[in-house]
Amino acid sequence: MPIRKNSDDLTYADVTPKSVYLSRRQLLRAMGIAGATLVGYKLFNRIAYPAATVKAGAKLNVTVKSPFSTTEKENSFDDVTHYNNFYEFGTDKSDPSRNARNFLTSPWTVSVEGEVRKPAKYSMDDILKLAPLEERIYRHRCVEGWSIVVPWIGYSLNTILKLSEPTEKAKYVAFQSYYQRSQMPLADRSGIELPYVEGLRLDEAMHPLTLLCVGMYGETLPNQDGAPVRMVIPWKYGFKSIKSIVKIKLVKGEPPTTWNIYAPREYGFYSNVNPNVDHPRWSQATERRLGEFLRRKTLMFNGYEDQVASLYNGMDLKKYY
Amino acid sequence: MRDFLRKILISKWSKVVVFLLCLSPFVYLAWPLIAFLAWQVEPRRFGANPVEYVQHFTGDWTLRFLLITLSVTPLRKLLNVPDLIRFRRMLGLFAFFYVCLHFLTYIWPDQNFDLHGMWKDVAKRPFVTVGFLGFVLLIPLAITSSKGWIRRLGGNRWQNLHRLIYISGLCGVLHYYWLVKSNHRLPLLYAAILAVLLLYRLGTSLLKPRPQPSPAAAAVQR
Repeated sequence: MPIRKNSDDLTYADVTPKSVYLSRRQLLRAMGIAGATLVGYKLFNRIAYPAATVKAGAKLNVTVKSPFSTTEKENSFDDVTHYNNFYEFGTDKSDPSRNARNFLTSPWTVSVEGEVRKPAKYSMDDILKLAPLEERIYRHRCVEGWSIVVPWIGYSLNTILKLSEPTEKAKYVAFQSYYQRSQMPLADRSGIELPYVEGLRLDEAMHPLTLLCVGMYGETLPNQDGAPVRMVIPWKYGFKSIKSIVKIKLVKGEPPTTWNIYAPREYGFYSNVNPNVDHPRWSQATERRLGEFLRRKTLMFNGYEDQVASLYNGMDLKKYY
Repeated sequence: MRDFLRKILISKWSKVVVFLLCLSPFVYLAWPLIAFLAWQVEPRRFGANPVEYVQHFTGDWTLRFLLITLSVTPLRKLLNVPDLIRFRRMLGLFAFFYVCLHFLTYIWPDQNFDLHGMWKDVAKRPFVTVGFLGFVLLIPLAITSSKGWIRRLGGNRWQNLHRLIYISGLCGVLHYYWLVKSNHRLPLLYAAILAVLLLYRLGTSLLKPRPQPSPAAAAVQR
């Protein structure tokens, strides 16, 4: 039983004024909400960022910090290596980290060919020495509506394209991934035609943001992230950034691209990140940055509008999605 | 053997066991949170995108419980174990429980309780529309799942109302199929099971046109 004062001892002055008890209630409520939010936030972070366990790649000698880098918070190495779309190694996001473990990426050759005066075959050693390696922290937005921030390593694709001296007929660049069924037993279930192929218009490919990527987080690329060499085109949906490249071919006409072959209405050749043009099945207006609870607004050209919008002057982006 | 099975099925503990089994996916989901709150134990990982993980997990279990609920009637008849009816309401209510969690993951982290945004999404995206429809159709079924409501509506009307679960199941499978990007194996598997369960009903109703006492009425009498 609570101890009570004899009610006769109380006067009107003892009554707590309404404003006081109301503000007390508000305070308690605010404390409750703040507490719950804090607990929820901490809990979420604990679940979202568990301790990392991935075998280390080889350290890369990065000499240039790129001015193209964003200052946004990087995602953890663990996120970027355990949440992958790499259908050759399974269609679940957690599949590639398991199934690409024994993927052989050495020796490796990348052929640059087609409408060029100097076709060439490069070994990985050649590629690593063609230009100083830069670290570029890019936003990466998947067509599925999630995004990450990754410190990639590489240099602009135009370095290697210029060396090959494209002819006047070269208007597009076609890329092809490595494909070997014996190394990729789950590939048959991917539902897409393999080998994976992608493409860019030549001016897109020559744009300095377009990265030929050989590493991330200071090291060579993990297998599940497209070892040993991949593209990163930060203003386009992630599937344009083809992985494990073996062929770069300069061509006259728009080359076929894997997801466009699979569903032409859903995945266009350009596939620029655009919050105003929805995927037929879902909105592209927002995205979930991995590690965040609520969705955030998607930026035009994934935030690279200033650099790349001029490539598409006069183009109807709803038509050329 | 049959008597033994029947004894197990009608024992009062069987419901408790089935209840706990049905709850176990939820416990698996909630366990990291409970462990953390109670003992500050590092929770197990739900991957890099825990929101999506919970979304898919609750969606999967909704579909599974819908299919399990729909298989009660065929199993009763094919295996001749009418006592299975005891679990049907619970199974159906668990489907509703998981769909509520699934909906919560949509309205909260996806939409941030923005009802306007939600309506736009529901109206515009066929895959959200069918998912939402499947969810909404289950609400009256959950409300009228009690014996009192069976009595109030009468067995036949109640049963007709509860046939909405067929549409809900179709919506759920379509919702899943339209969501997946290219590997359609799993949604097709669910669709195939659903097709078998619905075709069974179509078959029996065509073969036996005469009216039967509804199992719902039988459940009330028990």
